[in-house]
Amino acid sequence: MLHRESGVFKTSYAADMALYPLPIARWTVAAVLVIFAVVLPLSLHEYYLSIINLVLIAIVGALGLNILVGYTGQISVGHAAFMSVGAYTAANLAVHLHLPFWVTLPAGGLMAALIGAIVGIPSLRIKGLYLAIATLASQLIIEWVINHTPAISGGAQASIEVPRPTVFGVELKSQGELYFFLLAFAVAAVIATLNIVRSRIGRAFVAIRDQDIAAEIIGINIFRYKLLSFAISSFYAGVCGVLYTYYFGIANYEAFQIVVSIDYLAMIIIGGLGSVLGSIFGAIFVTMLPIAIRILVETFGGYFWDTAALSAVAASMRLIIFGLLIIIFLVLEPEGLNRLWRNIRNYFRVWPFSY
Amino acid sequence: MSQRVRLGISLSLGLMGLLLGPAFAQDKELVIGMQCDRTGATQIVGTTLCPAYHDYVALVNSKGGVEGYKIKVIEIDNEYKVPPAMEAHERFKMEGAVIDSVYGTPQIAALNKKLEEDKILGTSPGFGTAAAADGKKYPYTFPIAASYWSQGAAAVKFAKDKLGGSLKGKKIAYLYYDNPAGKEPIAVLEDLAASEGFELRTFAVPAPGVEMAAQALDITGRFKPDFVITHLFGRSPSVSIKELKGKGFPLSKVVALVWGSAEADINAAGGFGTAEGYSCMQFAGVGHEYPVITQINAMYKAQGKEPPKEQANSVIYNRGVFQAAIHLEAIRNAIKAKGGGKPTGEEVKSGMEQIKDFTLDGLVPPLNITPEDHEGGGWVQIWTVKGGKFEKATEWFQAYRDVVKKHITATN
Repeated sequence: MLHRESGVFKTSYAADMALYPLPIARWTVAAVLVIFAVVLPLSLHEYYLSIINLVLIAIVGALGLNILVGYTGQISVGHAAFMSVGAYTAANLAVHLHLPFWVTLPAGGLMAALIGAIVGIPSLRIKGLYLAIATLASQLIIEWVINHTPAISGGAQASIEVPRPTVFGVELKSQGELYFFLLAFAVAAVIATLNIVRSRIGRAFVAIRDQDIAAEIIGINIFRYKLLSFAISSFYAGVCGVLYTYYFGIANYEAFQIVVSIDYLAMIIIGGLGSVLGSIFGAIFVTMLPIAIRILVETFGGYFWDTAALSAVAASMRLIIFGLLIIIFLVLEPEGLNRLWRNIRNYFRVWPFSY
Repeated sequence: MSQRVRLGISLSLGLMGLLLGPAFAQDKELVIGMQCDRTGATQIVGTTLCPAYHDYVALVNSKGGVEGYKIKVIEIDNEYKVPPAMEAHERFKMEGAVIDSVYGTPQIAALNKKLEEDKILGTSPGFGTAAAADGKKYPYTFPIAASYWSQGAAAVKFAKDKLGGSLKGKKIAYLYYDNPAGKEPIAVLEDLAASEGFELRTFAVPAPGVEMAAQALDITGRFKPDFVITHLFGRSPSVSIKELKGKGFPLSKVVALVWGSAEADINAAGGFGTAEGYSCMQFAGVGHEYPVITQINAMYKAQGKEPPKEQANSVIYNRGVFQAAIHLEAIRNAIKAKGGGKPTGEEVKSGMEQIKDFTLDGLVPPLNITPEDHEGGGWVQIWTVKGGKFEKATEWFQAYRDVVKKHITATN
């Protein structure tokens, strides 16, 4: 946030370790929370809430992938497969055992974490592109297993319909109701990630990312922390998959194919590797930008094309502009939107005196 | 900085335009939301299907619309991804759409519940789960075309007729794309294998489906079937034609389900000369010999334009026309039932359930959509490649309805 540190003195360890050490930062975070919890749901049309809902789900998944790729430096292109693990675990529990979401959601996350830790084993021996291929294999294996195991997939269609989540007897159906449901989990995921990355675990992850041999020499158990990173990341992915399942009312592995993994990688790379705010920026960027571009082309394209041609143009323009903007943003700031934001913030921190 | 400012201004202007947009909706106008895939995994279909949809709606609008109502189509490209499909549906709802023309199997699966809650009907011609034919379980989902179960049953019937009226002791191979849609007909085929007394063996082709030499060799060399039913998507149908022909299997003993049956597939396999004898299943008419296509071309001519180039792929083009025609017919029924009033989504749904004997001079099958049967009877036609073009091999027919119905009841 935009604020200045001068005049703030810390007198205790607790003050020094606070998530937001500055009072003004705490106030801005509180204000943002109020906007999201009260102002937006009351003022926005359901359509816009539905877009924010998709962003909220994407934030959970992007945070998870950022823990693994951004903080620990282990690449994974199987993130969507872990989502489907979570989705099918939760769906099966919800349908066969009639469990509520507050049981199925962590269960889905834990199952994904377990599978993720197993998939993470190759990371102990290989790095970089080789690890990417190993996780790619896991994506394909998990897809195949779900597709060919009726006990998991629930039949030839490989989709399981789940009931809507209920909170205190209220069924959450409309976008407005689901908004609060998803917002709660997105906020929880953000807070959890902020705390993980500044804890002993998070510091170990960063040490492994920066130089794994050095990390081992200073006493970090590489075996444990690499698998832990995979497990935590997959837990987020699993929860993200469960949220998708409850949001759409169905678990379907075709919604979690390799393109989705690539989308999530795009989110964290555009947003900024190794940053919580970057994951949020990336999720917003990748989810909302195509929609914004389409609306723009629809609004202004009428001057250049007739209606029938416009639909074809809009679809292509969206792809072209989206791709172009990704390139522009990455050329402008290779470290992602988060770095761009920090540059702006640093500029204003000393403004109008640049030195 | 000024670039950023300019981008910000144009973005906010665009958003304002969207916010103000619905306010301008007219009284004598009905909105249809159409999801499309022009840029995703199945763009080979979308780039032809969607223009056809627009063409038919433009034709109807140019003649005064449906019972005096102009039809406005909002198209959203969902890229064959699920989250954009949800966003598209909410947008359609905001714009007051009475029909959500969903596109894609995972997309209709994810929207089933939402359609019902929002009381906007959604259609899924040629994709989606076969069980959705049950109007009691899925009140707002309309497959409107033959489901994969009906198609599988029809393929068996076609094979039976081709093989002299009996399948006893015969061997049928089922070559399919290894995804849920590809596997769906197996249940029906297995049932029919038991009742008709033929031996069925299935051959899965893994994604992306461009490599099936081993399966083709298995079929032609080991299993030596009397007939082959293929159910493939994307580029794989053309590969199957090439592989089976290359291994010496007569294409006259092959029938493809609806997604292996477009001109584009035949051309990709080496042209109509290569595919001579190949039969494929259709849920809309093929070719340009329909009055409605002539009218669309006349409309283009009146504007001084050439007929749309998408018509070269007439199979998919006509499916777009079919889809649009059914939607407008449902709206027409709803307006008529209301005595000219503006129908709601719920009333259009009832209108859809009254569609009967609406054939558009043969382009559309004799559907009979009822509150119970949202599939409309599972009608198909089979066309065979003969002398450089598609030739009609059968009239509209349905097959083994009892078996298909049994599966629908058992699933729901």
